[in-house]
Amino acid sequence: MNLTLKIWRQKDSNAKGQMVDYKVTDISEHMSFLEMMDVLNEQLVNSGEDPVAFDHDCREGICGMCSMYINGEAHGPDRGVTTCQLHMRMFKDGDTITIEPFRASAFPVLKDLVVDRTAFERIQQAGGYISVNTSGNTQDANSIPISKHAADEAMDAATCIGCGACVATCKNSSAMLFVGAKVSQYALLPQGQIEAADRVRNMVAQMDLEGFGNCTNTGACEIECPKGISLDNIARMNRELMKASI
Amino acid sequence: MSGFFKSSIGRKVAMALSAFFLMIFLLMHVSVNLLSVFSEDTFNAASHFMGTNWLVQFIMQPILIFGVIFHFVMGFVLEIKNRKARNVSYVSNNGAANSTWMSRNMIYSGLVILAFLVLHFADFWIHEINVKYIAMHPEDPTRYFHELQEKFVPIWRVAAYVIAFVLLGLHLAHGFTSAFQSLGATASRKKTLQNIGKAYSILIPLGFIFIALYHHFNH
Ligand code: HEM
Ligand code: SF4
Ligand code: FES
Repeated sequence: MNLTLKIWRQKDSNAKGQMVDYKVTDISEHMSFLEMMDVLNEQLVNSGEDPVAFDHDCREGICGMCSMYINGEAHGPDRGVTTCQLHMRMFKDGDTITIEPFRASAFPVLKDLVVDRTAFERIQQAGGYISVNTSGNTQDANSIPISKHAADEAMDAATCIGCGACVATCKNSSAMLFVGAKVSQYALLPQGQIEAADRVRNMVAQMDLEGFGNCTNTGACEIECPKGISLDNIARMNRELMKASI
Repeated sequence: MSGFFKSSIGRKVAMALSAFFLMIFLLMHVSVNLLSVFSEDTFNAASHFMGTNWLVQFIMQPILIFGVIFHFVMGFVLEIKNRKARNVSYVSNNGAANSTWMSRNMIYSGLVILAFLVLHFADFWIHEINVKYIAMHPEDPTRYFHELQEKFVPIWRVAAYVIAFVLLGLHLAHGFTSAFQSLGATASRKKTLQNIGKAYSILIPLGFIFIALYHHFNH
């Protein structure tokens, strides 16, 4: 198929960016969205132009690096997928596709479609860990009984890949789905109890410091999240913070 | 604890608490007003009681006024902070793909309610304060029904009421379950609570609209 692409081009973090039109031809519907971008970039390189910078790594929905806002949705129109898992069969011959970077004050654009998501790492460092004695007499985690229900919910929360689609899609650029997942994956397990109160306080404080917005409970994040992280995790984080503050 | 209410989540919890208070108040308000449809005397008796009881007048009324002001001021504060959290907006954004119109436009439905509240205060509250505490008219326990009826004679006011209550319904269509979610209740995700929210956000505004129309056509 032949497509018109409207892509955000921005030289560096200080430059003023703009949308630029490109044409690509003979795109196979079996290609992934990133492969289509590769075709475009090859075209640009061959004609001596600067290729479009975009983040990617695993190209199989695990790393969370690929971060495009496609036709007004994080990771494009498909559900439960990252951009690398988005197939070109979701589009039609002759379509015009707008491609923008994830937008949030806390995710500044570095170049073109690449944004700086280290704010997520700083939130993780503020409390996304447990203390374990690693001196040699570490207790085997499997010796601590955990209910199936708690284990399943913790595992679901832990599938968050930190892609930032929740922030990108939220009208408030709120990071609450991400932080809710990261708080929950420990709050649900006995190993997470020792630091539970400090964890939620510190992670929420860091989230606020980074300049993410508040949650209006629109539910957009849950729908656009490639891993289907549930809004229940935000409710749990709210409970955890209330518990920690009383 | 003071740190809690300075955090994003704390502000949201405060927003939800004020909203709960307003939703309980609305239920009471519509119930008393509905009396005016069934019996002039009962409505007058209830209004006289509310209008002269010191607990209602000097404790509950100030709390209510504080609750309303707190809610919309906090609404503005959150809206401003949330807008700042995205300094460059999208060229193309398809909000309808993942969320309801109501949830994305709470500030606009809220602003219409606020405009209505200004009219409502001018109509009833300022009038009441004037009658009772400034002009110091002797209390006439039968005046309430006629005052109410008179207000709904002009069609423009009835129309303003209908529009405002439709927007209140939309505000609540998202707000009801949202307030539970803000307080950390997973019940907000359950069908039962969503259905109660639907019923509340339709029936309460409908009640107010019915009362306005009823008195417009029966005076
Ligand atoms: C009697 C009238 C009102 C009632 C019953 C009401 C009810 C509610 C409820 C239940 C919520 C959800 C709270 C939550 O998600 O935690 C809410 C949110 C909100 N209300 Fe109201 N409200 C009223 C008037 C107003 C007014 C006058 C404004 C003025 C602007 C306003 C602005 C907002 C905003 C902006 C939000 C969303 C805050 C956010 O989640 O980011 N409301 N309201
Ligand atoms: S919660 Fe979902 S959308 Fe948000 S960072 Fe984690 S995986 Fe991505
Ligand atoms: S490139 Fe790793 S998730 Fe898309």
